[in-house]
Amino acid sequence: MIHQFKMAGYNIVLDICSGSVHVVDEIAYDIIAMFENHKKEDIISSLKEKYSDVDVNDIEECFCQVESLKNNNKLFTPDTFESKAGDLKAKTSGVIKALCIHIAHTCNLNCEYCFASQGKYQGERALMSFETGKQALDFLIANSGSRKNLEVDFFGGEPLMNFDVVKQMVEYARSIEKEHNKNFRFTLTTNGMLIDDDVIEFANKEMSNVVLSLDGRKEIHDRYRVDYAGNGSWEKIVPKFQKLVEARGGKDYYMRGTFTHANPDFLNDIKQMLDLGFTELSMEPVVCAKGDPSELTEEDMPIVKEQYEKLAELMLEKDKEGKPFTFYHYMIDLTGGPCIYKRISGCGSGTEYMAVTPWGDLYPCHQFVGDEKFKLGDIWNGVDNTEIQNEFLSCNVYARPDCHDCWAKLYCSGGCAANAYHATGSIKGIYKYGCELFRKRMECAIAVAVARAFSGEN
Amino acid sequence: MEHIKTLETRNLCDSAKNGGCGECQTSCQSACKTSCGIANQQCESTKESK
Repeated sequence: MIHQFKMAGYNIVLDICSGSVHVVDEIAYDIIAMFENHKKEDIISSLKEKYSDVDVNDIEECFCQVESLKNNNKLFTPDTFESKAGDLKAKTSGVIKALCIHIAHTCNLNCEYCFASQGKYQGERALMSFETGKQALDFLIANSGSRKNLEVDFFGGEPLMNFDVVKQMVEYARSIEKEHNKNFRFTLTTNGMLIDDDVIEFANKEMSNVVLSLDGRKEIHDRYRVDYAGNGSWEKIVPKFQKLVEARGGKDYYMRGTFTHANPDFLNDIKQMLDLGFTELSMEPVVCAKGDPSELTEEDMPIVKEQYEKLAELMLEKDKEGKPFTFYHYMIDLTGGPCIYKRISGCGSGTEYMAVTPWGDLYPCHQFVGDEKFKLGDIWNGVDNTEIQNEFLSCNVYARPDCHDCWAKLYCSGGCAANAYHATGSIKGIYKYGCELFRKRMECAIAVAVARAFSGEN
Repeated sequence: MEHIKTLETRNLCDSAKNGGCGECQTSCQSACKTSCGIANQQCESTKESK
């Protein structure tokens, strides 16, 4: 399988199963498009007609170059992974290495678009006790097998509403990680309202990454991200985020925004983040119930796609100015990206990754919390709902019929199980709207990588 | 005449032989939390060897 597209002045050809990326001229682009379904003489004569000023020997030479790439498994590489998909996923299964800790099912903001219903996840407000948090860490270590790097994300609701327990849990984890030959990587996702000097010092010392929620422009941010009195939070949080990031000394962080039907022109929000001095950025399409006023519409789709292209252009412009920035979805390391196991297995929800509620119940991921039928078990007794877990275990990119002919399948790995479930009623379905955006993001990401690779040559 | 330039990329077929250590970051643990993709994740073992 191949995928061809034109962007940023480049003709790009992806060979999906080898992972190869080719940049080609117009002649090669046309030959590749015809190669699998036409005879050589038909291709040559067709191109001879189209490129009448080009020497026919040159067209033939180009044909040979395409043929040679095919023979070297760099083009039209057959898919040999499908039959092994279950085994490949099994190799990375059977251990748990990442927990999303719902340290607080409560929030000091009342964001209308919140998928977690203002942090409560359709349930009661609750804070995790240290005893429960400690057990979650013990559970993770006990089930992590030979994995060394263990990831714990403090999530909510708003995690800083239970900051003391966050600190106690980190202290406990640090006290036991060496004896178990583990390395904890903590992350914190926060709305910023409770950031103070104590939080900054702690987060910058202990958190390998912090995710800071900011939607960009003040009027966009304050449309949804308001307190219980209805006051916007932008003015309050932006200086706190700036202080935290400045003090972070280069450690990872993301400014993470959500865009909705209210701002499909989200590039303006990215620019606002840049103007505020932030350079590690992420903007996510809203996840909400069907029919919600914030839901992205079909009319928004072309706007959003154009924004993604313009974002790619902006990144390249900023590179030239010597002011590069990162967009989470455009990070792509062509030489050091994920292996085929990862590309088939996906996010690991319900297998190597689980969410823990404030009272210690286990769910496949944070987005299933609150939906009782997805409860896997708890941190004291482990997983007992093997039926649901097996469903997640069998969930790989080849288990999704809709992904079969998609060129992006080994870049997205089948997508988000929760989005698929909410869109289709099955975790093996797909969320088509999200897929279309994902494919656009991937084209942009690869175009940026190509432009960067060639920037030294021009 | 050179019609095609091939970028250096990780060979996915080869990675079936030596990949699968499982040490890389869980994709949803970083910035997204809502829209999964794995292409932007880094391989833990190639990261160490770089």
